[in-house]
Amino acid sequence: MTTTDPHALTGAYALHALPDEERAAFERHLAGCESCAQEVAEFSATAARLALAAAVPTRPAMREEVLRRVATVRQLPPAAASLDRARRSVWRGRGAGRRALAACVAAAVACGGVAVWQYQRAQDAGDRAARAQRQVEELAGVLAAPDAKSRVARIGDGAATLVVSAGRDRAVFVASRMAAPPRGKVYELWFSDGGKMRAAGLMDPDRSSQAVLLRGKVDGASGIGITVEPEGGSRAPTTPPLALLGLPT
Amino acid sequence: MKEPVHIGGSPSAAPDLQDLLHDVALGDQDAFASVYDAVVGPVLGVARAVLRDRAQSEEVAQEVLVEVWRTAPRYRPERGSPLNWILTLAHRRAVDRVRSVEAAAARDTKAALLAHQPVYDEVTEQVETRLEQEQVRRCLRTLTALQRQSVTLAYYRGLTYREVAEALALPLGTVKTRLRDGLIRLRDCLGVTA
Repeated sequence: MTTTDPHALTGAYALHALPDEERAAFERHLAGCESCAQEVAEFSATAARLALAAAVPTRPAMREEVLRRVATVRQLPPAAASLDRARRSVWRGRGAGRRALAACVAAAVACGGVAVWQYQRAQDAGDRAARAQRQVEELAGVLAAPDAKSRVARIGDGAATLVVSAGRDRAVFVASRMAAPPRGKVYELWFSDGGKMRAAGLMDPDRSSQAVLLRGKVDGASGIGITVEPEGGSRAPTTPPLALLGLPT
Repeated sequence: MKEPVHIGGSPSAAPDLQDLLHDVALGDQDAFASVYDAVVGPVLGVARAVLRDRAQSEEVAQEVLVEVWRTAPRYRPERGSPLNWILTLAHRRAVDRVRSVEAAAARDTKAALLAHQPVYDEVTEQVETRLEQEQVRRCLRTLTALQRQSVTLAYYRGLTYREVAEALALPLGTVKTRLRDGLIRLRDCLGVTA
């Protein structure tokens, strides 16, 4: 037996029994060793059984403490890489209230990905992922803002919620179960500056439920509009708006 | 005799937790309360096994549970069941704490480590836990003495394999091998799949 064989470390690794530097080295090995990864997964599951056997009764007061803390702790947004996976999730209810709204948006993100549109030059994928991640965070930030106000409207059989944070000067459009646009068309969102329409981003034509962080600042806009436009969007609306929503006050 | 005995509460048999965690990831605090109820016993148990100290183990258990809430949106099912994820996190945190300088100062002597009562000998009222304990106890008996000591010192006491080697006066390579062999035997006896 050789003590340098990294395969022999699966057990110590799964039990968290490697000192830090050896753990880092083993993790590098693990990344390229499928059989090691499988063994580690099985050993971790085995270790979980050792944990179950060690279960002890707990103080009821601890439950209250943890639930109280949790109510004040903000959750991480899903990792950008997991948006695809999350897409398979199911849309869930759309109630009123900040928390329900946050859940709606999480679901919309899950269902539709965040329709974040850029017109910039092509970026590498990592850059795009980081950007999408920032957009998700910005989006979540608008919804969680203490001054967030919302307004709900029906669009066909679907529903739309417009959420605006005056402090952040940003708006989020949450669509739920909207009918798909005609083939080759997209829904485009606009800020209405006293009747003058300013492009605010496109919705993902393949998703019926999604949350869109509107492009640009609200900047005193009086409302938003949504129109059907050719793929890629237009500089100014080419069709009458499907809906116009005044900004929530 | 290698027949895996299936009992409730095993990590592979918790589809509910998967659903609950999905809701937790959407910010559902009621779902989190259910997850809490399902996992707090073993989370605290692991922390107490490794840390001994009641106050410290509660602190770590609380941190772990809040972390579960915070990072639920990043949980990836392909990396293992929610229970595995949570209990692995709990053990990791307990081990990190015990290896931190302050805690290290308060650690038991080698002799005490070797003389300790297995943690699962603590009395518990919960039937599920008792069944789990019985099964784990039975399977640990299928290990050689060195395998069993290595695995339990590493897991329940949070020792590194180097510390295990020192405590048992064994070469490092032997301990690595005993940990792996021991886990293979335990895995097969418990019927664990991943």
